[in-house]
Amino acid sequence: MHNPQLNKDGELIHLMSIEGLPQRILTQILDTAQSFMEVSAREVKKVPLLRGKSVFNLFFENSTRTRTTFEIAAKRLSADVINLDINKSSTAKGETLLDTIDNLCAMHANLFVVRHASSGAPYLIAEHLQRIGRDDVHVVNAGDGRHAHPTQGLLDMYTIRHYKKDFSQLRVAIVGDILHSRVARSDIHALTTLGVPEVRAIGPETLLPKYMDKLGVQVFHNMEEGLQDCDVVIMLRLQNERMTGALLPSAGEYFRHYGLTPQKLARAKPDAIVMHPGPMNRGVEIHSAVADGPQAVILPQVTFGIAVRMAVMSIVAGN
Amino acid sequence: MSQLPKLINEPLPDAEAQCRQLAELIRPQLHHNPALVGIFSGGAWIAERLKELLDLPEEVGMIDVSFYRDDFAEKGLHPQCRPTLIPFDVEGRHLILVDDVLYTGRTTRAAINELFDYGRPASVGMAVLADRGERELPIAATYCVWEVALTDGQNLVLGRKDDGQLAWRLEHA
Repeated sequence: MHNPQLNKDGELIHLMSIEGLPQRILTQILDTAQSFMEVSAREVKKVPLLRGKSVFNLFFENSTRTRTTFEIAAKRLSADVINLDINKSSTAKGETLLDTIDNLCAMHANLFVVRHASSGAPYLIAEHLQRIGRDDVHVVNAGDGRHAHPTQGLLDMYTIRHYKKDFSQLRVAIVGDILHSRVARSDIHALTTLGVPEVRAIGPETLLPKYMDKLGVQVFHNMEEGLQDCDVVIMLRLQNERMTGALLPSAGEYFRHYGLTPQKLARAKPDAIVMHPGPMNRGVEIHSAVADGPQAVILPQVTFGIAVRMAVMSIVAGN
Repeated sequence: MSQLPKLINEPLPDAEAQCRQLAELIRPQLHHNPALVGIFSGGAWIAERLKELLDLPEEVGMIDVSFYRDDFAEKGLHPQCRPTLIPFDVEGRHLILVDDVLYTGRTTRAAINELFDYGRPASVGMAVLADRGERELPIAATYCVWEVALTDGQNLVLGRKDDGQLAWRLEHA
């Protein structure tokens, strides 16, 4: 089946999901990001790659970290960045998504960074661009519904490669609300594609999807067992609204079973790293002693995220 | 082009001997304490060799100009770019860019632009093993060992053998 993210030469033109991307493209993005890390350490933290191009941040859902890091990334590539406040824009007045896109194309947009509550919204935009013959305009998914958050998945892979060097010997645990998590889905696809032999999902039955085994993931409901001898622990944010949806008894109860405490972390390897996509709920999914402890790499993840987003934008915009 | 000697065919000159000649061209300038910056990949190998031959105490810089190329709009980003590493302060230094072949001058232009994002050097020179002419920009080598003309479709490529020795080969498009 044709992957709409790739052109006929197999090059990346949009980034919508990690699912279906070959390992060589993931590795190319990580390698390119490594070169961009060096740019951020210079006197002048800018390269001229996207000079004269316009990047539109279309965030139909709230986000601070992702939107800001995309904005910084685009600015370091010398692009002009336009942040649309969708809640106050034409969408609120009833304009359809594709009419909004047509209008922004008329303003000479080159790249859309899209976050949307509906899964598949970036695909809809990419299909539309193809239909109207605008193959010079690119789409990067910054999170769509429960489906995918590919740049978060990639920055997580960058973080793992940075600290662990090699994917082929790792045991990685993802802990928490996997059912509602687009980050978890992107991480699982990326880990599998990059050759991680053992991926574990840890969480209560109500928050784990039924199809985990089809993704090649081992399921654990007991956190101590699941963390045993892991190299990497990826914590997920527990969305407060899950508590009201009767999927969980209480935040305190959740923390007792699935909150990452120093005691539970001691079951993992002594050099295991702890990751979290943010924003963190201290005392709900993670104990402050872990979040601020020596094994946490949560803030480096944010820094790596800028380089990874620079890599993704410069690769798609060049193809 | 006509003043350049025509390259008839192989055998090609010994690249290691050319590195030694290039080192001797640079040696009289060592009192300026120049810092070397090799352009990936051939230029980086030559810069390493020059550091040994000239007994320079400082690590050489390595530059990958992928983010500064002028053909990004046509060709996109190079699929294998490496991090640029400049292990010294560029501000006020005399720099010598090192490359294997000087041709259109576009790579040199990109490298100069990139270097200036690290600071303002006192001067930038250019050392190359081969100059094949056909410049598209007003750029010239400061130190050059071999002036050579190639025919259309010919490409001069520096390779590094398993034992670390540098050697030329001629590729035909």
